[in-house]
Amino acid sequence: MSTDTAAESAPAAIEDFQPTTWTGSIRKKWLTTLPPEKMLPENQPAYVSSWIYVFGMLTITALIVVIASGCILTIGGVQWFHESSTGHFVNSLHFWSVQLFFLFMIVHLWGKFWMAAWRGKRGLTWATGAICFMAALATAFTGYTITTNFNAQWIAFEAKDVMNSVALGSWINVTNLGQMVGMHVVLLPLAVVAVVAMHVLLVRKHGVVPPIDALDPEAAVSASAAPSHSADTRSADTGEAATVSGAADATGEVSS
Amino acid sequence: MTSAVRKERNAFYARTWGGKNRHYDIFKEGAIALSITAILVVALSALFSSPDDPSLTFKGWAQSAPDNFYATTVQQLAGTSGTATYGPPYNEGDGISVGPLTLQKWGGVTHPVDSVNDLVITPLSSQVEPSNVTDALKAWNAATSDQQTAWATAYDDAVQATADDNGDLHLDAVAKGDYGPVPDLATGLLAMANSGAYDNAMTGQGQFFQTDQTKQLLMMGDGSYMDDIATEKNLQGNTWGMMNEAGSWPGQIWLAFWSVWYQLPMFNNADGGTLTDNADAIIFFILMALILLFILVPWIPGVRDLPRWIPLHRLVWKDYYKKYGRFTS
Repeated sequence: MSTDTAAESAPAAIEDFQPTTWTGSIRKKWLTTLPPEKMLPENQPAYVSSWIYVFGMLTITALIVVIASGCILTIGGVQWFHESSTGHFVNSLHFWSVQLFFLFMIVHLWGKFWMAAWRGKRGLTWATGAICFMAALATAFTGYTITTNFNAQWIAFEAKDVMNSVALGSWINVTNLGQMVGMHVVLLPLAVVAVVAMHVLLVRKHGVVPPIDALDPEAAVSASAAPSHSADTRSADTGEAATVSGAADATGEVSS
Repeated sequence: MTSAVRKERNAFYARTWGGKNRHYDIFKEGAIALSITAILVVALSALFSSPDDPSLTFKGWAQSAPDNFYATTVQQLAGTSGTATYGPPYNEGDGISVGPLTLQKWGGVTHPVDSVNDLVITPLSSQVEPSNVTDALKAWNAATSDQQTAWATAYDDAVQATADDNGDLHLDAVAKGDYGPVPDLATGLLAMANSGAYDNAMTGQGQFFQTDQTKQLLMMGDGSYMDDIATEKNLQGNTWGMMNEAGSWPGQIWLAFWSVWYQLPMFNNADGGTLTDNADAIIFFILMALILLFILVPWIPGVRDLPRWIPLHRLVWKDYYKKYGRFTS
């Protein structure tokens, strides 16, 4: 059901926009939380300059290759790679992209742990990353059970004991090829992609966490304006009074 | 760090960055990363291919280890096989418990497997058999349940009694006794497996469409054939089999955190462990607790402070610290 309304004109700013529909409310919430300059920034903080930062992106690219090769395997069917050299090559693409996906994700995960990347209200970002790892683990496991070869026989036979020991086997039967194909090709990849999307949006929303003992550049401005160094002169590690050595001006715009 | 300083620092970490920036192009980085990943994947696939050991068949089992297949068939009839004594979700029984918690029973019998009929009698009845097997089937079906159990149990005991010190059976040395039709049924199933007909019967299970391999996999796992091959390929749980791959390909290395628990003596049959019967359930719950802790790291004092106490982060940000300084006490 709809009612006649005047032609919609774009409001000057999102904060001035008064939504009258669910759609409008979602638009306002979205643009307030994740404005375009946050969603697709052209700059990053100066401290984002280490190889460790690349592994998040590498994980996503490996996931893209995993999904692409998995789609081709899905078209061919679960037994295609036994019968066709092309199928076997696509299976190899799927196999090695999964290996790289986990390698990149584990490096990314350890990097974020030692950088304490959950600081500054980024706990949910960490949690979604950890859940993503678990969902990916379940997806990979079900993949092994549908290879219709010796691996599938052995892994399903062994894994059923774990599932049955805690009664999960009554609903998730790892020796049922049909059920495992559905979970591996549809349900679990959807879960992984959904959690990865949430993780990336949270990263974009909160930005990349500053270094553990970085100086607060805005406090440094006020400190230089007021020689007493009243702001941000404690040790991040101990909370003791601290001296700042070798500090250039950390404020400002883009450095090229 | 005092709570006031922690609060102050967290407020700073949470604020939008107000310091120096550098140019960054997320799509350009993504395109380069995707290219590198794709090239790596194609190169690794071309160079190393991927594992694909053919699936085991009952025909292969019957031809490689006929005595073991024969003895497993007898165990199915006697109700002493792993499947017959498994418990839920396949049949009645207690299954695994942890203390007073009979966890395995909680889900109920949702995938019923009758080891006698599903794995032996029905497949044998599904095709034309020699007269001695046909007569054996008639005798078995005509007998009472108690009589069937008495025949099969006596024969199972007699077969197992021929095992030598290595566990190898000597079927030519089975003691004489009243075993009814059981020897003919076992001989008939072995012949059926040898011809490949048992594979076909178990795959279709009397239906046109069938995607559930539970019954044939349970039968395959009840013997030593698959287990011996897995041992040979280093795939047993107590040799890190959960994360190993057949051959020399990398396996599921990401399962190391799960596999490590099966190496502990207390959970290990080879080391005379005391918790081997319910190791799967205990390890499952240990892992669930650890996974929960893993997800909740940011909110667990001590764990979340490890990066401060072991400052590996200084390697990541050393250039930034060098240029812009950092707190020193």
